[in-house]
Amino acid sequence: MGTRECGSPISMSKPSAGEAGRTGDWRANRPVMTAQACLAVKKGEVVCQLCWAYCPDACISRGVGPVIDMEYCKGCGICSEVCPANAIEMVPEAAHGVCNVGEGSER
Amino acid sequence: MSDTAIKRTVMAGNEAAATAAKLARVQVIAAYPITPQTSVVEQLSAWVESGELPAEFVTVESEHSALTVCITASTVGARVFTATSANGLAYMTEQVWWAAGARLPIVMCIANRAMAAPWNVLNDQQDSMSVRDAGWIQLYCRDNQEILDTTIQAYRIAEQLHVPVMVCYDGFLLSHTVMPVEVPSAEQVDAYLPPYEPLTVVDPDDPRNIGPVTLADPRANADGVSCHGYMEVRALHQQALLGALETIPAADAEWSELTGREWGGLTWEHLLDDAEVVLVAAGSVGMQLTVAAEALREQGVKAGVLGIRSYRPFPVDALRGKLAGRKLALVFDKALSYGNEGPICGDLKAALYGQPEAPVVFGAVCGLGGRDVTVEQLNDAANRAIADLADGVTDRAADWLNLHL
Repeated sequence: MGTRECGSPISMSKPSAGEAGRTGDWRANRPVMTAQACLAVKKGEVVCQLCWAYCPDACISRGVGPVIDMEYCKGCGICSEVCPANAIEMVPEAAHGVCNVGEGSER
Repeated sequence: MSDTAIKRTVMAGNEAAATAAKLARVQVIAAYPITPQTSVVEQLSAWVESGELPAEFVTVESEHSALTVCITASTVGARVFTATSANGLAYMTEQVWWAAGARLPIVMCIANRAMAAPWNVLNDQQDSMSVRDAGWIQLYCRDNQEILDTTIQAYRIAEQLHVPVMVCYDGFLLSHTVMPVEVPSAEQVDAYLPPYEPLTVVDPDDPRNIGPVTLADPRANADGVSCHGYMEVRALHQQALLGALETIPAADAEWSELTGREWGGLTWEHLLDDAEVVLVAAGSVGMQLTVAAEALREQGVKAGVLGIRSYRPFPVDALRGKLAGRKLALVFDKALSYGNEGPICGDLKAALYGQPEAPVVFGAVCGLGGRDVTVEQLNDAANRAIADLADGVTDRAADWLNLHL
């Protein structure tokens, strides 16, 4: 035993996408955004962005409209709850067929 | 008072603890007052307020927050101090484990006090014994000089091993009793304590997650670098605790070179050389046992004392060596593992199991909730144990001293 390549006896890591593994395969319900309903899309500007601000896993990118990274979205539904335009609906994964996230490199 | 002067004075145990923290140049103090620890906090806050101690004193609403502040300050590289007792320690418990698992060299003084219910503010050692498994080093003190010296040594031990240390001393019996104490000079302590180098990296330009989710198996991080799983992190923690079996005596020996005072490292002894009956304890009751052993000698019993200074790590090899060939070890616990026996007694039996020259081990429970412990009672307990041994008894229930059911 001893230190691994990481060289530390404590648990410490660099913040980066996928640090906790591909968490998208935890998801039971998928956020599905109706672009026409999103305030940013309606305005054609980077406005609102509450879903980006509230996402606890930082897997929503700001934009017109915001983009959710399904590789890491755990399906918590907070974006859907905070969306003032009800543009995000949580749909059971089963309704989407087989979930194919997590096929990348082993983490 | 010049920093270069060694001062001989009289002080209570709590003042000795506070003085040690000051001499260690602690940078952050967060503590919540609880009897009998309160005057540690009062003294330190007065020094911070007067400017005599250039440290940050963070007032908090609870012990849980006190230790959390210490954890965060230690994470960013500050030398930190806290102190508590009994239910305050229990309230901290979640963070007690965090501090150890995160390998933060926090020093915490415990003025040992009985756990409620029923409410009781007096001395026993149930509080710190209840967190013996949390991964901290635990050192138990006999007198106020040892409190001061051990608290300074604790920083050296903690920072070398990256393991937190509890300096435990009996509430009221030491915390509020004044006795002569020699206060080392600031130069002596500065020479003894090098600056603390944290394991953590805290740099806004190169950020880290500290203590992130670490599941069972080793796993590659986002850069593809192999990192420990939970079990490897815990095994390294255990290695560090076992390494303390060398670090603690070394820290004591170096302190002795500097000050002329040493405390035995892991264990201490009195009249042990030819002893057939060995009285075992941690903390101030050990000092009473030295008087009891002398009285037993006058009575013709070859008695001695083996004191436990380091309870975690438990000095298994030292205890085996020092007890080999004795007839009887009688352990006085000021705590109980309810449904079993006194924690030191149980640990000693485990350490001696299967050892060919091990003595018979009997337990005694004393002083719970501040119940008076007198030398006469200790003597009587030793005589009862000697009589049982003479009757061929090799195992028996704990002897509760001064109990009147």
